Amino acid sequence: MNALAIKKGSSRHSAYDLRNPLGDHQETHTLAVIVNNESGVLARVIGLFSGRGYNIDSLTVAEIDHRDHLSRITVVTTGTPAVIEQIKAQLGRMVPVHEVHDLTVEGPSVERELALIKVRSQGEKRVEAMRTSEVFRAKVVDTTLESFVFEITGTPEKVDAFVALMRPLGLIDVARTGVAAISRGF
Amino acid sequence: MTRRMTGAQIVVQALKDQGVDTVFGYPGGAVLPIYDEIFKQNDIRHILVRHEQGATHAAEGYARSTGKPGVVLVTSGPGATNAVTGMTDALMDSIPMIVLTGQVPTFMIGNDAFQEADTVGITRPCTKHNWLVKDTDTLGSTIHQAFHVATNGRPGPVLVDIPKDVQFANGEYTKPEDAPVAHYRPATAGHPDAILAAVEALETAKRPVIYSGGGVINSGPTATAALRDLVNDTKFPITSTLMGLGAYPASGDHWLGMLGMHGTYEANWAMHDCDYMLCIGARFDDRITGRTDAFSPRSFKVHIDIDPSSINKNIHVNVPIIGDVASVLTDMLKLWKARGSKTNSAEVQRWWQTIEVWKDRKCLSYKNSSSVIKPQYALQRLEALTTGRDRYITTEVGQHQMWAAQYMGFDEPNRWMTSGGLGTMGYGFPASIGVQIAHPEALVINVAGEASWLMNMQEMGTAMQYRLPVKQFILNNERLGMVRQWQELLHGERYSSSWSESLPDFVKLAEAFGAKGIQCSDPAKLDDAIIEMLEHDGPVLFDCLVEKHENCFPMIPSGKAHNEMLLGDASTSDAIDSDGAVLV
Repeated sequence: MNALAIKKGSSRHSAYDLRNPLGDHQETHTLAVIVNNESGVLARVIGLFSGRGYNIDSLTVAEIDHRDHLSRITVVTTGTPAVIEQIKAQLGRMVPVHEVHDLTVEGPSVERELALIKVRSQGEKRVEAMRTSEVFRAKVVDTTLESFVFEITGTPEKVDAFVALMRPLGLIDVARTGVAAISRGF
Repeated sequence: MTRRMTGAQIVVQALKDQGVDTVFGYPGGAVLPIYDEIFKQNDIRHILVRHEQGATHAAEGYARSTGKPGVVLVTSGPGATNAVTGMTDALMDSIPMIVLTGQVPTFMIGNDAFQEADTVGITRPCTKHNWLVKDTDTLGSTIHQAFHVATNGRPGPVLVDIPKDVQFANGEYTKPEDAPVAHYRPATAGHPDAILAAVEALETAKRPVIYSGGGVINSGPTATAALRDLVNDTKFPITSTLMGLGAYPASGDHWLGMLGMHGTYEANWAMHDCDYMLCIGARFDDRITGRTDAFSPRSFKVHIDIDPSSINKNIHVNVPIIGDVASVLTDMLKLWKARGSKTNSAEVQRWWQTIEVWKDRKCLSYKNSSSVIKPQYALQRLEALTTGRDRYITTEVGQHQMWAAQYMGFDEPNRWMTSGGLGTMGYGFPASIGVQIAHPEALVINVAGEASWLMNMQEMGTAMQYRLPVKQFILNNERLGMVRQWQELLHGERYSSSWSESLPDFVKLAEAFGAKGIQCSDPAKLDDAIIEMLEHDGPVLFDCLVEKHENCFPMIPSGKAHNEMLLGDASTSDAIDSDGAVLV
């Protein structure tokens, strides 16, 4: 059935290129969904996930084309291969959805997340927090005599690691944007 | 070209430009400007129902029997929430429907105003798409887009929520031809490689079966004709879902009867033992598949569906063909004929011999009685006394619905209008009203149970007001028959709340509305009573008192496979095991 291979990124034919349908292992996929930037569109997408019992690990949304009123939703989801295909097909048939891209299978992609991390400490712990932030190339965006706010960007794993290291050093608050992702090359 | 008018005028003009002749609705504060415009014209007929749920089901009956979208107009708040069941029903059965709701004025939205509800929020999961119109200038193009979405791709209900100030304000009307083209344009032509793969497998199939569904009927007359050509030319056996009855004639030589939970023995065994399954416009619903891991284990499966999300949702198929049934079947037939119209006819003939053995089980036989009317007998007589007429059947939901599907034959599409996916009790009566509005001269019968019928009995007022001669054929067993059957099979015969107490006298009830009531409990008098019903020019409430404890067979118990189905004479104790008990 190789003749059924449809060009990548085509959500309309996504059901054609099903991979192993019988696998019941869990996979994590990053989907980029281009939607009309209209009222209620995010509620529709979230409602689809909650209504059909799909997982949302991370979700970000922002307008990417002001003139054409298009937004990009990046959603990281986990499920069996069949569920992942269902999610793409269900997203693809929604009226305000223009494109659905599965960045996990469509080739190499870059994933980044931004986090703001507030640490409160003094003395040796404060120095260690500062040293660790340099190792992670985090930026200090706010400081008082006994606190820092670090800004870090990177993969979710890198942010996780940084947060874990900050915990014993006085971590008091974390704000994360969720994942933004885009394919490599063109 | 645009024209300046009020929002309410835009609504009426847009409906006219979309070719709408009938609107089912109920007025209220937030839609008064639109009702005022409807009052001033004669092109669009407004049918005043007695409850907004009735409007949605009537619109479904209109849509299912004509292939055109049904249109509903209701007010804000309770008007909109009462329409939710009908929209969900239309979504599950892929019925095109446009629901227009009034809304409190834009400046009051969010204030918990009188009769305010978050209509687009509430109806988001039960519509294909919905819109809240905040600007009169966009009202016309939004309504045109609503029709486009409802009728293109897999059909479904859409909703346009129109605040009252938008109805009063002046704006530019956009005609359909000037409306911006929606990006929503699902593919209708199947992929040629997929069609080739389907045809290649068809040519060598030894034990083929065609499994068709509501998608064939939704696709229209071309699809039905192509399906009939395919069956007649290949001589393949064909079965259908509840939704697809009539696409291939029940009187046809290759008809196996309906499949699924209450389908025929031969249809379900053919599905289980086939080596080639051509699924056309159906979605492998749980009523069809039974236990999915034992579903048709040795077949090569081809699935034609316009909705990509139906592919591989429940059952993995070998060849998916995403497209409109009419287009795909036409292409398949063309290709198959160009390649020489080959089938493995010797093997297919042997397959038919196997099927004949299954047919000989006569799975729809039942023990008749001379003292009490058996529900199956009542429907066989109704069938015998009405075949050959321009006949439309709607049903409510339950045992009577399954018996109607089993014992009545449909030779044409759009003649059988039933609530399949959602299973909405109370659907059939208002649906029969919508069908009769669309086909004033036709014979329209709602096969009902007494409990379902009572759920929307207020629509007797509508039937009387518009002089709609709808026949309400109620199989009255004074029970919620299907619930009672499941309690017998599954809950130790503890019949919790499944009997109909304090039933009305249906003859007097009919007379109270000014309609005709007939009651019959004697099998010997049944024919005369049915003829009396058919000959009466007006709505009839037929109270057919039937056997109270009849069960609906054949039956695939939940959690079982097609080849584990029960026939009427089988023992039903422990029919459903503990795994099956959690299923519905």
